[in-house]
Amino acid sequence: MNPGWDFHAIAPLIIISATIVAVLIADFFFEYRGRFQTQQIASLGVLAASIPIITLAVDGGTRRMFSGGFVVDPYSLVFQGFFLAAAYVSMLLSVDYIGDGDYYQGEYYVLLLTSLLGMLVMASSRDLITIFVALETISIPTFVLAGWRKHDPKSNEAAIKYYLIGVMSSAVMLYGMSLVFGLTGSTLLSEIAKKVGHLDSSLLLVAGFLTIVGFAFKVSAVPFHFWAPDTYEGAPTPVTAFLSVASKAGGFVALLSVVIFGFFPNADMWQPVLWGLAAASMILGNLVALSQTNIVRMLAYSSVAQGGFILVPFAVAADGGAARSSIEAVVVYILIYGAMNLGAFAIVIALARRTRSAEISSYAGLGQYAPVMAVLMSMFMFSLAGVPPFAGWFAKFTMFRAVFDANTPAATVLGVLAAVSSVIAFFYYARVAREIWFHPVADGVDAAPIRTPVALNAAVGLCAAVVVVIGVYPQLFARLGELASGG
Amino acid sequence: MNWFDDWALTLAIFLPALGLGIVLMLPKAEEQLAKVVALGTSLVTLAVGIGILAEFDYGKAGRLQFNVDEPWIKVINAHYHLGLDGISLPMLILSMFITVLCIIYSWNHFPEPHNVKGFLALILLLEVGMNGTFLAEDLILFFIFFEIVLLPMFFMIGVWGGPNREYASIKFFLFTLFGSALMLLGFLALFFLQGSFQIPTLAALGDGNLAETTRLLIFGGLFLGFAIKVPMFPFHTWLPDAHTEAPTVGSVLLAAILLKLGTYGFIRIAIPILPHAARIWAPWIGLLAVIGIIYGAFCCLAQTDMKRLIAFSSVSHMGFVMLGIATLTSFGINAAIFGMVAHGLITGMLFFIGGSVQHTFGTREMGRLGGLLKQAPKMGWILGFCAMASLGLPGLAGFWGEFPAVLSAYQPSHGLSTDAFRTFMVIAAVGTVLAAGYLLWMYQRVAFGEPKPEFANAHIHDVTTVEWIAWTPILLMIVALGVYPDIIFSLTNDGATHIANLVKAVGG
Repeated sequence: MNPGWDFHAIAPLIIISATIVAVLIADFFFEYRGRFQTQQIASLGVLAASIPIITLAVDGGTRRMFSGGFVVDPYSLVFQGFFLAAAYVSMLLSVDYIGDGDYYQGEYYVLLLTSLLGMLVMASSRDLITIFVALETISIPTFVLAGWRKHDPKSNEAAIKYYLIGVMSSAVMLYGMSLVFGLTGSTLLSEIAKKVGHLDSSLLLVAGFLTIVGFAFKVSAVPFHFWAPDTYEGAPTPVTAFLSVASKAGGFVALLSVVIFGFFPNADMWQPVLWGLAAASMILGNLVALSQTNIVRMLAYSSVAQGGFILVPFAVAADGGAARSSIEAVVVYILIYGAMNLGAFAIVIALARRTRSAEISSYAGLGQYAPVMAVLMSMFMFSLAGVPPFAGWFAKFTMFRAVFDANTPAATVLGVLAAVSSVIAFFYYARVAREIWFHPVADGVDAAPIRTPVALNAAVGLCAAVVVVIGVYPQLFARLGELASGG
Repeated sequence: MNWFDDWALTLAIFLPALGLGIVLMLPKAEEQLAKVVALGTSLVTLAVGIGILAEFDYGKAGRLQFNVDEPWIKVINAHYHLGLDGISLPMLILSMFITVLCIIYSWNHFPEPHNVKGFLALILLLEVGMNGTFLAEDLILFFIFFEIVLLPMFFMIGVWGGPNREYASIKFFLFTLFGSALMLLGFLALFFLQGSFQIPTLAALGDGNLAETTRLLIFGGLFLGFAIKVPMFPFHTWLPDAHTEAPTVGSVLLAAILLKLGTYGFIRIAIPILPHAARIWAPWIGLLAVIGIIYGAFCCLAQTDMKRLIAFSSVSHMGFVMLGIATLTSFGINAAIFGMVAHGLITGMLFFIGGSVQHTFGTREMGRLGGLLKQAPKMGWILGFCAMASLGLPGLAGFWGEFPAVLSAYQPSHGLSTDAFRTFMVIAAVGTVLAAGYLLWMYQRVAFGEPKPEFANAHIHDVTTVEWIAWTPILLMIVALGVYPDIIFSLTNDGATHIANLVKAVGG
């Protein structure tokens, strides 16, 4: 029990909180034309927050605060680093979109940073209450962000759907958590883990089920995914990128913490539920994505399916020797997924500036007039499909490794389903590449070379670098996964 | 030459990648420069290959040489492990050699929509994958290179291909991807059970400690991955479409090298690592091989498109290679490797001619062609020469691939059903007759007789200078290997014997 405050451990949170205040105040003082500087302050804050992450990582060890409800260890640091990177790239994606659209820049970055703050807390939370508060801190700003284009009915629809579903899932989850508290007498995950193994009550099944379903809404796992495509399509595209990567990862981190640190001893309770969610998400997500004609909706279903792949290691984590390789797989998958999905959205945003359309068919002939964008988009698509030498293959690889370590019939079936659905997935990812390279430029599309803003180029470049470097030398991320799983 | 020993294989794989980077950075208008850079890169790579030939210790052809072994992905204990022995050497040189000739052939023959830069970049990327696959001694590394070749071929067919290119390209990709997904599961299972991805370690370990069902299933996964690539009957349906739609150079590379990645996988990975399972699978592989021989031959007899006929002849010829492998004897595996090289040269050459016929006549429909010997006598003679080589005329390379493969089935590895394999032998022998049938029939329709009225007054180019430069080396190799097959056999014999002994040791 250490009631004292470890300021080093919470330095990233303090820096982000300070940045939020700074951006909010600074927004009043900038002239109308200078508002873009709010983005610069926000970005600087994010970069500054990564410094204590690095020093904490160098220090090593585990720091516990608040009776063990808040922990800083390699597991939380890896995710905090990821969230900072994802938020930074999301801001790069936003700057021209929000600036051009004249969309209240200061407030936008305040909300984005607040959501980021929730994510940083989430990575360290080891207590049901903290996890719940962190999850709400992540979600509430994004409800507003989804409706940012307030004159567009689609954006309103996106925000309302997302809000209603989000609130409902929070309620369900909170109910589940209260049952867990009632049964175990604690909200601390480590205490729950001690009790839950001896409990054998059907009420515990209900409690676990409700908690997990709450998370399933957040990570848009089938059958709780139906809000995602509409919200993704209606929200401003940079917000969609943020939702589909950072916010979704936040949900996964919460789920991972609860399952691994809390419910782990009682695998009968959660494993079948997660098995079903993983299988349904992979199959349905991929099959429905096949028939999409809008790139954002396709990416929405693709992210549902990718979420299914991330759930696979969860569903086998308690079998055989799979615990560690499952955590590794989830960590590595989230890191790689973040890079390739943000990259894909960056290109979607860049191209929408020209085509004013999100139809996949509007990409026809892109290879002829924007070869660099075309190459990179194909690369992100093939990476999402898991084709070497791009990073996606290693994400899938670690997932399959967890399945093999588990080595049970249920795990094997899930592995086969994953293999089959990756082949299905290839079809729609390749369709984008086919549109880009195999088809001529459509009539009426201006085929002059595209000039993209510097910030977007930087975002694309960062993601592309990760996808290529990790694809060729996966050891970098693999090591992070190993550290996070306690190796 | 220590420096060379350490770096030769890495250079062989990554020099083309360097060239690819340079080609991509050139402005699109600089077509001539892009061609020079691509050709230069492939020539330097070939020079590395020749250096390897010079430095190779022929006395120890059965051992891995030029080893490189560095940790790569520590978490899963995967290594950047390259090595070269007498089995990989001919395949590596073939790959380097054909790449150079393909770039030369492309010089004036860029198919629509032109885009020289993109086309050359894809050829170089293909070379990275092909060379890498033949040199990898780590399963994960092998998998990566095995997959790298998919992307360039997908785009080559899809962008530069014929009218039905989209269907063909996606079919090609999906078939191979499906196979390699199962192959990867097999690799993972091996890692999980045997604790290593290193091919030499796994081969030394064998599969004696695995449960019967497990090793059969793992072999099954590897089998699907490799058999789809070969392609064996009944997984061959992607091949005729891919070949027919691909641009000439794509077809040549596909036939000459890409198909060999599959057979090479059997010889290098599946059989040495899982000898027990290989013994049980062997008769079934042999059966599919002879079905492929006969089925491919009959399909050839039904074709009207010249390129499609050559494509089906590949199914038939790769059947002979697989039959040789299925005997699990040193004789059969030697024959199979020879068959791989010979088929690479001969069928590659046939596709070159098919491409040139298409280029000059604008059609490959054999019903519309005729009298090639009158209008373009040199091309006609070369086509005849290659048809003879392909049907296995003694004195040319094809004979040494086909005849020993058939013969090896007479006495399969100890313990395999002699009756079954002798039956296969007879059926395969019938296949050689059918091969003579369809090849001569093709030759007759394309080259003999009078030119058809529609082309009677057309101005038909005979073989151009560029084509001579690209083709002469292949023609010479076909003769050289036919006259003195020991060039290959002396290299492969030690390795093949070693593999056959591994299998024999577990038999009974």
